[in-house]
Amino acid sequence: MIRLEQLEFGYRRGESLLRLDRFVVAGNDSVLLLGPSGCGKTTLLHLMAGLLAPRAGRVFVDGQDLAQLSAGARDRFRGNRIGLVLQQFHLLPTLTAGQNLLVVQTMARLPVDRSAALAVLQTLGVSECANSYPHELSVGQQQRVAIARALVNSPKVVLADEPTSNLDDESCAAVIDLLLGAARKQGSALVIATHDSRLKSHVARHQVLPCRAVQVPA
Amino acid sequence: MNLLQIAWSYVRASPLRTLLNIVLIALGTATIGFVVIVNEQIGGSLNRDAQGIDLVVGAKGSAISLILAGVFHIDAPTGNVSLDSARELAANPLVKKVIPLSLGDSFRGFRIVGTTPDYLGLYDGAFATGRAWEDKMQAVLGATVAAKAGIGVGDTFVGSHGLGAGGPIHADSVYTVVGVLKPTGTVLDRLVTVNSESVWFVHEGALTDPEEKKVVESEREVTILLLQYATPMAAATLPRKINSGTNMQAASPALESARLFQMIGVGADVIRAFGGVVLATAALSLFIALYHALNERAYDIAVLRTLGARPLSIALLLFLEALILALLGGLIGLMLAHALVAVLAAWMDSEQSLRIQAWTFSASEFLLLLPALFAAMLAAALPGWRAARANISAVLSRRF
Repeated sequence: MIRLEQLEFGYRRGESLLRLDRFVVAGNDSVLLLGPSGCGKTTLLHLMAGLLAPRAGRVFVDGQDLAQLSAGARDRFRGNRIGLVLQQFHLLPTLTAGQNLLVVQTMARLPVDRSAALAVLQTLGVSECANSYPHELSVGQQQRVAIARALVNSPKVVLADEPTSNLDDESCAAVIDLLLGAARKQGSALVIATHDSRLKSHVARHQVLPCRAVQVPA
Repeated sequence: MNLLQIAWSYVRASPLRTLLNIVLIALGTATIGFVVIVNEQIGGSLNRDAQGIDLVVGAKGSAISLILAGVFHIDAPTGNVSLDSARELAANPLVKKVIPLSLGDSFRGFRIVGTTPDYLGLYDGAFATGRAWEDKMQAVLGATVAAKAGIGVGDTFVGSHGLGAGGPIHADSVYTVVGVLKPTGTVLDRLVTVNSESVWFVHEGALTDPEEKKVVESEREVTILLLQYATPMAAATLPRKINSGTNMQAASPALESARLFQMIGVGADVIRAFGGVVLATAALSLFIALYHALNERAYDIAVLRTLGARPLSIALLLFLEALILALLGGLIGLMLAHALVAVLAAWMDSEQSLRIQAWTFSASEFLLLLPALFAAMLAAALPGWRAARANISAVLSRRF
């Protein structure tokens, strides 16, 4: 479902922040992306989501080379095929939890389906939060709504950035199990970037990023 | 949850900011709208009152006074002209019709005009009840006069000397109402019309001595003559001939109204410019609000992008937010403008001045929303452009 080939990324010429020769995640597979802060986990997720363009190499998602898409088509592709769980899970503060899910459908140009949105919230155990605004929710509830938002369009790929870093042990275990279970149920490929070692026991496959800037000849 | 709904959620989320911007836009629109509506109404009122009158002739004096007194019945007339000169004018082949007006008396502040039935015809005056006068001391009331005075056909009243209310009463000259006109939307609504003989009779008294009567009748005067040309060519020669060849003065209502309008126009321009300044302030306030919102919402914008929104959609979101505020402010401003006009109309009505309609809406009025909408577009342009160009990956990687 995800295939990275000869990937290379850097902000400045001559300095390569990230190099990955080959990285493949099949549909239904889950991978933990490990490494300390600052070694490019988030960057790699953004590359896979088409939010950043690699300096070299190719990114395939669901068989599509992201570089082949125009900017607008890439945005649409992301809305349809990729679900993101963001670091600060950031829900839109002026909309209710339920509306936050409906926005996802609208932005991906899918018909608005309230019952589907409610079903996803139910799966994550936060259906009672549907009409609450984000500031009325606990951190754990917000995190679950954020995961629901990533899943509501049944994306082929779910990318999660530190989904558990703000949670206590109990919530952490619950949230990661929900995320894994929901992704498996939908048949989505799941990539979780984290430095939270609590997650290692939940996900079998680990990918550790080499944490150093590699100098390449200019 | 489309862009419009999201924009609306932002408008609702910061009520104070929304209120400030709506108030500013409303004030700007109301100021400009007030001027435009009043201009339109006064222009319409002047045009209706001056319809069918090609030339106004009266005693020498200010041309504008002559028009104001003779056509709009606002100012004091310049003096009287002799009946003979009126007859002379009527005999002129360039003149199709002469309508004499004898002014001087009033009834509860409404002017009593001695004239001929042609004057009613000028404004298509139709009778609601009764008929036209047939003899002296019979009166026809305009619609407003009848309504305000609360009298109708068969009632009697006495005129008072002078054009304003409160002059000495001609107690022995009693008018009988023989007709009430339907509203015409013209100056006729505010007039009491009688035949010319009535006015002479009131001021001369009953003349018994035939010798005296003959002398007095030969000296009879009227105040103002309204002329209709027989041919458009008359406009080129007749006014000059009257102004230089007689002791009378001729003024064209079209020309003088235009001049009058130009004088009012300077004041109108000042108010309009003030409205423009308020609206520019509104645009600046809106711009600052949106620009500020960019920083607050950097993450929201990035999130929307990850959900598949194109850069153009993000810019559109800010435009929609500005447009919602402009539209709300503009509509409130329009209502406010009409309320201001209503206040002015009430004042002018109590002054027996021009009639303006406060609550008539025209479709072209919605053009008055354009300045507000333009201000909103201007205010949203830079923030929209910046929002569209935001580096989402960098925003999402930011740690808090």
